[in-house]
Amino acid sequence: MNIFSIIEEIEKVDPEFQDRISPRRDAIKNITSFGSKVAVAALPFALGALFKKAYGQTTVGDVNGTLNFALKLEYLEAAFYNTALNTPGLIPAADLAAFQTIAAHENAHVSFLKAVLGSAAVTQTSQGTAGVYDWTAGGTLPNYFATKDYTTFLIVANAFEDTGVRAYKGQAPFIIGNQTVLTAALNIHSVEARHASHIRTIRRKAGNGTTPKSWITGANDTGFAGIAANYAGEDNTMQGGVDVSALINPVTGAKFSASACTEAFDEPLTYAQVLPLVQPFGVK
Amino acid sequence: MENLTQNDEFVVQESSAPSKMQRRSFLKYAGAGAAAAGMLVASACKKHHDDNNTVDVGSGDIGVLNYAYALEQLEAAFYTQVVATPYSGMSPAELTAFTEIRDHEVLHREFLKAALGVNAIPALGVNFGSINFADRASVLAAAKAFEDTGVSAYNGAGYIISNSTYLGLAGKIVSVEARHAAFIRDLINYNSFADSSVIVDSSTGLDTSRKPSQVLPIVAVYLTTNLTANQLP
Repeated sequence: MNIFSIIEEIEKVDPEFQDRISPRRDAIKNITSFGSKVAVAALPFALGALFKKAYGQTTVGDVNGTLNFALKLEYLEAAFYNTALNTPGLIPAADLAAFQTIAAHENAHVSFLKAVLGSAAVTQTSQGTAGVYDWTAGGTLPNYFATKDYTTFLIVANAFEDTGVRAYKGQAPFIIGNQTVLTAALNIHSVEARHASHIRTIRRKAGNGTTPKSWITGANDTGFAGIAANYAGEDNTMQGGVDVSALINPVTGAKFSASACTEAFDEPLTYAQVLPLVQPFGVK
Repeated sequence: MENLTQNDEFVVQESSAPSKMQRRSFLKYAGAGAAAAGMLVASACKKHHDDNNTVDVGSGDIGVLNYAYALEQLEAAFYTQVVATPYSGMSPAELTAFTEIRDHEVLHREFLKAALGVNAIPALGVNFGSINFADRASVLAAAKAFEDTGVSAYNGAGYIISNSTYLGLAGKIVSVEARHAAFIRDLINYNSFADSSVIVDSSTGLDTSRKPSQVLPIVAVYLTTNLTANQLP
């Protein structure tokens, strides 16, 4: 194990990595100075501390870190749907019940996560500006609440739900083996996937077309290029070392379609990937 | 180091024991150490058949993956039949959706079979006599049961998994099952995608999870094989 080659590798994909872990690179200097004195066995812990500093998250077992990350995303989603329900004229009557259901779930997820975290829970007011979000994501989106632009609202909802699914999926390894916490996270994860499926169905019906499907096809099937980053990697076909695009469908006698290969597996996003997607709204 | 992406090494074999390469590649990718590999080899030697008609999924991570493989076998066989003999009045949009769902489930089955390699349980016998494939309501009710049960099974077995790659794979599949479940539910009764029959406690907003011992009796009616998970918690 060569920690310096690892850091070099990270720098190739994240040029600011060294600045991220320490503006003056003290962390690296410190590792160098005490590196010769620590046993090799201690290095994983030293690395863990580095990554926590860099990405605000430790490795396996940081239950509170994982749950607080989830809570921040649920605060965002709950506020998003609460704002929508408090904007008369935005949601058509036919879809009101669905968004009441979804909002109730997101608010319940907030309450549940706060109860689990207790005093360790981050506060809602720590997010955005004193708890108020910027729904235009720093001006990159139109002010769909003010103009009652349901189409744009649905695209944002679509992206929030799919991204939530990806974020929970990415956190699962950090709480592996924890029966209570992992099971709860999985039980939230699948609810977000149900929401995503339904919002995609609303969009499909609204457009009287065949897209978007209720499942994710390839990388960004939302028809909105501005949220491509939320779908980065969804076109992956390598699963656990198996190239699923090479498998034969016994029903047809041919390989599975490219669409089926990507639709059948939802892909995770890491904390470091999710944060830049939600920071413009005010998630901290 | 072998090239893990050579496609021809992953073509599913007709026999129930895919090539050794598939299993080795999967383990290598998963980063399994010598101890884990030893455990898997040991479990591979274990008999899955206790008698002619009983299949036990096994123990540990392989047990959970075989449990998933068993459920995917059932779903794949069901949707294959749905598409082969469409119910009367199936719309073109519904046929397209059911064909897509069939392909997802068949792919889950073929993927798990390839990933498990020699550790895979055999093909299970299915009995869909309780489903009227000519009737839309009967098919949709069965589809809803399969999808909701599948979601609850993955949710309830996740914590048993000790390898993070396997857990990640289960996570990649379960959210697709949840998307199916919501889609089917909306076909039956629009807006029932996540109603109180699955999100039972409105104060937590959590989906349903079930233990293997709760799932197996639900699916037993559709199986001629006696499927057990006696070594899973």
